[in-house]
Amino acid sequence: MTSPLSMDELAAVIGRDIPAGSYVNLGIGQPTKIADHLPADEDGNPAVILHTENGMLGMGPAAVGDEIDPDLTNAGKVPVTELAGAAYFHHADSFAMMRGGHLDVCVLGAYQVSARGDLANWHTGKPEDIPAVGGAMDLAIGARDVYVMMSLFTRNGDAKLVPECSYPLTGVACVSRVYSDYAVFDIRPDGVRVLATYGISLAELRDRVPVKLLG
Amino acid sequence: MSRAQVHQTADQAVAGIEDGSVILVGGFGLAGMPFELIDALIRQGATDLTIVSNNAGNGDVGLAALLAAGQVRKVVCSFPRQADSWVFDGLYRAGKIDLELVPQGNLVERMRAAGAGIGAFYCPTAVGTPLAEGKETREIDGRIYVLEYPIKGDYAFISAYRADTLGNLVYRKTARNFGPVMATAATTTIVQVSEIVPVGTLDPEAVVTPSIYVDRIVAVQGRQYTVEGAR
Repeated sequence: MTSPLSMDELAAVIGRDIPAGSYVNLGIGQPTKIADHLPADEDGNPAVILHTENGMLGMGPAAVGDEIDPDLTNAGKVPVTELAGAAYFHHADSFAMMRGGHLDVCVLGAYQVSARGDLANWHTGKPEDIPAVGGAMDLAIGARDVYVMMSLFTRNGDAKLVPECSYPLTGVACVSRVYSDYAVFDIRPDGVRVLATYGISLAELRDRVPVKLLG
Repeated sequence: MSRAQVHQTADQAVAGIEDGSVILVGGFGLAGMPFELIDALIRQGATDLTIVSNNAGNGDVGLAALLAAGQVRKVVCSFPRQADSWVFDGLYRAGKIDLELVPQGNLVERMRAAGAGIGAFYCPTAVGTPLAEGKETREIDGRIYVLEYPIKGDYAFISAYRADTLGNLVYRKTARNFGPVMATAATTTIVQVSEIVPVGTLDPEAVVTPSIYVDRIVAVQGRQYTVEGAR
């Protein structure tokens, strides 16, 4: 790649990496875009079952027109549809699916991720900001693989992959992979490995990201 | 638990709620929000309330209207800040309302524990974060857990789809959310439904909330909200 990825291109990269047959939770915001890029089976039907924290497996695309039903929304409170094979359940069951290790993958946004996989994505920590956590902490420690989808740098050019998070944590050592516009990183016990780069050399990446990067 | 009472109006269904009560309010955003019960509570006028709910009100309806009426002292919730949470935001910034922020899974599991007679439980969520500060922890099989205590309500307000006259409930789609758990976790569970049907009408295999958890039922006219209002 000769240029950094757009968020839509990044969503396609993540979608291709999610194995067919997985049960997956896509966080609100940018990760929602991944739904358009998930694997399909031989007949063109979705090969991934989407979980939404507000009590559903088998969530379909956003509802339009007559499909809109106020009783059927996603975690972002956007109207959605149900696919054949969908199931509804209450909140305690929904979060048991997370904590109990039944979800294969979740994809979350982030303010920061640390080199050991700590996640910060719920609160800026500024006193004037009202905190809201929702299901982020439960997803972070529950899903078997926690992927982060984020821009690699802030508007000021600071890397969001850091030695230690300065924002309040969502979960400790929970992120397994970081998908960003400039690179994909695997968070491993032996360090952070660069799996792919987009429009940036490994040397420049090492220059701009204050974390030891294995090539 | 004695048999559920069928009430003719939402005002009758919320009669007698005392100042200072803890009320569990169902709904995720506006889906499953018990609008008519909340509106009746505004007319009833109980104050100094603690509200336990996923959000802290959307727009100017439902929970937001109750907050705006000045009847709520404290909100226990997971996700107060939203694009349309201006009523809560204003009260919070003015120091007129207390907030206890709880991760969503802990919020519901703490109510589940209350309803199931569990004294407390060890949970891995929030370990190492500000929301676990000051809480007791324990290492079990190599993993750290936080001790979490039940949340019990004096009342639960729930919106379900249909009830039979005994109080067995079924829900609709993602409007189910917190209803079945909150129904177990309150001293008095009050339910609004779109329709009350005779005993024997609901498929026993499909009942979600068994009648033993339900105390008061009222049928209300249609859902008075739109998807646009939910954003």
